[in-house]
Amino acid sequence: MSNIPDNLKYTESHEWVKDEGDGSVTVGITDHAQELLGDLVFVELPEVGAELSAGSECAVVESVKAASDVYSPVDGEVVAVNQDLADSPEAINEDPYGAWIFKLKLSDPAQLDGLLDAAAYAEAAED
Amino acid sequence: MPFIPHTDEETREMLDAIGVDSMDDLFEEIPANLRCGDLSALGPGLWEQEVSQLMQEKARADGQPLCFIGAGAYDHHIPAAVWQLATRGEYYTAYTPYQAEASQGTLQLLYEYQSMMTELMAMDVSNASLYDGASALAEAVLMAVRANRKSKSRRILVPRGLHPHYRATVHTLVKNQGIELVEAPYDEKTGQTDLDALKRHQGGDFAALVIPQPNFFGVLEPVDEMTAFAQANGMLAIALVNPLAMAVLQPPGEWGEKGVDIACGDGQPLGAPLSSGGPYFGFMCCTQKLVRQMPGRIIGRTVDLEGREGFALTLQAREQHIRRSKATSNICTNQGLMVTAATLHMSLLGAEGLARVAARCHENLGMLVEKLTSLGEIEPAFSAPVFHETVLRLPLEAKRVLRTLAAHNVLGGYDLSRHYPELGNALLVCTTENRSESDMNKYRQKLEQVLASRRQGACATMAKLD
Amino acid sequence: MLIFEHSRPGRRARAQAPAGEAALADIPESFRRKKRPRLPEVSEMQAVRHYTRLSQKNFSIDTQFYPLGSCTMKYNPRACNSLAMLPGLLGRHPLAPDTHSQGFMSAMYELQEILKEVTGMSAVSLAPMAGAQGEFAGIAMIRAYHDARGDTERKEILVPDAAHGTNPATAVMCGYQAREIPTKADGDVDMEALKAALGPQTAGIMLTNPSTLGVFERRIEEIARLVHEAGGLLYYDGANLNAILGRVRPGDMGFDVIHMNLHKTFSTPHGGGGPGAGPVGVSQRLQPFLPIPMVASDGSDYHWLQEEEMPQSIGRLSAFAGNAGVLLRAYVYAKMLGGEGMQRVADYSTLNANYMLKKLMEAGFTAAYPERRATHEFIITLKKEAKELGVNAMDFAKRLLDHGMHAPTTYFPLLVPECFLIEPTETEAKESLDAFIQAMIAIREEAARDPERVKGAPWSLPVRRLDDVKAARELDLRWQPGETST
Repeated sequence: MSNIPDNLKYTESHEWVKDEGDGSVTVGITDHAQELLGDLVFVELPEVGAELSAGSECAVVESVKAASDVYSPVDGEVVAVNQDLADSPEAINEDPYGAWIFKLKLSDPAQLDGLLDAAAYAEAAED
Repeated sequence: MPFIPHTDEETREMLDAIGVDSMDDLFEEIPANLRCGDLSALGPGLWEQEVSQLMQEKARADGQPLCFIGAGAYDHHIPAAVWQLATRGEYYTAYTPYQAEASQGTLQLLYEYQSMMTELMAMDVSNASLYDGASALAEAVLMAVRANRKSKSRRILVPRGLHPHYRATVHTLVKNQGIELVEAPYDEKTGQTDLDALKRHQGGDFAALVIPQPNFFGVLEPVDEMTAFAQANGMLAIALVNPLAMAVLQPPGEWGEKGVDIACGDGQPLGAPLSSGGPYFGFMCCTQKLVRQMPGRIIGRTVDLEGREGFALTLQAREQHIRRSKATSNICTNQGLMVTAATLHMSLLGAEGLARVAARCHENLGMLVEKLTSLGEIEPAFSAPVFHETVLRLPLEAKRVLRTLAAHNVLGGYDLSRHYPELGNALLVCTTENRSESDMNKYRQKLEQVLASRRQGACATMAKLD
Repeated sequence: MLIFEHSRPGRRARAQAPAGEAALADIPESFRRKKRPRLPEVSEMQAVRHYTRLSQKNFSIDTQFYPLGSCTMKYNPRACNSLAMLPGLLGRHPLAPDTHSQGFMSAMYELQEILKEVTGMSAVSLAPMAGAQGEFAGIAMIRAYHDARGDTERKEILVPDAAHGTNPATAVMCGYQAREIPTKADGDVDMEALKAALGPQTAGIMLTNPSTLGVFERRIEEIARLVHEAGGLLYYDGANLNAILGRVRPGDMGFDVIHMNLHKTFSTPHGGGGPGAGPVGVSQRLQPFLPIPMVASDGSDYHWLQEEEMPQSIGRLSAFAGNAGVLLRAYVYAKMLGGEGMQRVADYSTLNANYMLKKLMEAGFTAAYPERRATHEFIITLKKEAKELGVNAMDFAKRLLDHGMHAPTTYFPLLVPECFLIEPTETEAKESLDAFIQAMIAIREEAARDPERVKGAPWSLPVRRLDDVKAARELDLRWQPGETST
């Protein structure tokens, strides 16, 4: 069973979301997602300053045999991206909750309430 | 039954094993009203001798005229070893190297090909081929639109001096994605892309500029200026080059300040026979930065479980079989066998050999132009330097001249009136290393007769030929 | 060892290029290359020996059984090659005048006619250079047809979830969105889902029949009716045409446009990944949109149809007339088979596939669609073996290589777990099929006894399994001057 920390929020498309409490969130992909993909070989990052809407494609994680889009969990502006992933995509395999992909400034903090909690995600990931 | 090994006994035995009575039973899931089964209109099969005779008749019918047409397809000598090896069954009848361990021959060869092309183009990386030069340019345009995030326009600047069939092909392949090709005119005196006209687009939003070298007229473009212009104005620079010419001309990786972003073209001059226009192969190289935007197969070197060197398809996540609707292209099969021939061709000639062939082709052009212009009334249309192909202005319609020459088994060049009516009676002529001085003398002699018959007012003969 | 490592400065294959330096004097220095590219410097024999040795590291049809599903790896007759390479045909310039092209054009015209007859379509263009380009031409024609009628609101192309990846990629290249239609457990298209997906936004549907699942879509007529009623058109992906040649024609099934893979059905070589050829055939209403150039005949002479004659054409797909040399090979093949020979293609490829399926099932392997009749190919799933023996489809595939056979297509279609898509083709003799079945049984027995032996395969090839992750993470895409290999 994969690791699903209780302190994070999740989406059905396997992103995790950490509320930084300052109107911004940090986003990555879950342990379950990295297991499905296998050894990652490349991460395509969004551009800082990009305006994202919830559900839009904003990054790509790529393994040898698969490539998967990463979707923005909420509306917001990209304020930082994890450049380290450009050189070491395997960081996501090693530490999926440490190797974040991007940070967003929230347009509407209330959207966080619409995300899944750990229990709900665990159930969704079962299916 | 041609190519089917089954004996009657085996067929019976296999039907019994399956548990059906007849072949018809194997097709029982096809709705009965749809089943056909009569292809008698195609006639009986021919045995090898009959089909051989049929094909020899067809081949004879086309003659083997003396050819001075280039226009994107060039009659070069191909070393005997090239096609003897390329048609070895192990190359000829293998498929795309999906099972890497059982395809190391093809994979290593493709890696060597990529290495040779990057050297020839002075670029960082190469793919393992696309279909042909024209479709490779279309892929380069799509790639530029994807990769150039600064440009929002989906517009591409394309010189009018680019091969008209290439322009048409690119249009077919990109128009449905809302990409617009904007024409950049050529200078009527030099035949080069008009830099002043180009500069009027300064500050305009274009995703890329296409830079042919040489262009369709054989004319050498001011590639440094064009590359610099593109990159200073937020456009990617796409080179479209003759690979043989790159043995002697400045390669696209060295154009302008930092080289072009994408280089592509048709690999035909590297070992592919004329063969009515195909199969040839498209090549594509790009900067390291753009490698993940490049379409087509790419081979990488890696190691096996025991640490031994080996080769495998890599960056496959760009491709349609994984990425489906988000792939960089729908391309699947490419032109593997032609690349096999090209790799052999480049290995046998080497840099020195290619340069010698290129120089010989070009030297022959000088000789031909001198012979033809000495007839009077014929002169080069443009003043800029050319490579092994040039435009001549004739005193009468190119179409008529070509028709009469063809009746004497000389294909005198390509008539430009259809695509460039503004050039008047203009003819595109080309020489390769395969055209001897006596070939050129024959051309001159026949052309002299055509011109003489016109001067004698013998237009009646010409009219009859129409 | 790379060819570059045989290289020595100053060595050359001197018979391969003209002697002496020729003049480039009229080309100014500024246009000239300053530094020679570092291409190999080897003798003719070294090049020949190197590339002969490399070839010996390949599996091919000429050397091995190659049952790669969906690829139709049948024997490529040698006559097709030698006759396409007759000097008159090989040396013909693509822009040669019609007076010097009647032989070549007659072959192309006849090939168009042959392909019309076997597919039941009204007209054929030979222009597309590969299957994927044929797909592009087909969908571009569908779009041109709708546009010509002012019907511009159609934005979607329907694609079954089992389809080849080129289908959705093609739809996008033509400016459409691809919408997936699910497949039912019996392998047929889910009709309810299809009905729900159809609407005024539907431009068309792309179908392979028999499908990539190795079964014939039985309700094809109903699908055709529904799609046509919604105003959409039907595109036939000819990947599996080998299965039905002479038995049923796409035109009779109700398809509006099809592409054929001549490198599959008409036995032109796969060449280590091309060149192929992907001619397209259409029904009457799409005829004006066919890609150019095409060959026409006025009864005695042949001539090209270009933009002027076909103003509504989707246009050119290549600089010249497509992969002419491939088309010539297909023409020779078609002439050698004749009508009767062509029908036998479907019969014997289907016989071989059903025989293998039956024997594999008797040996205890699991068919993906056991209730269905196999077409020219079929799927087995190694899910049970993966679970019980810990040896998956990839392991079986690699171990088959040690048995001297190319592996079937693995992990495609994605719908079937641990799948093998097996296509023997009509040119394989019964003993090849039996040997494959024996190898499968032997590998399963070995997996029970010594799973590591299977998981470590292949053992007998020039390399063992390659590190794909390293290949993708540490990109090494070209030789660098100065290096020597390990």
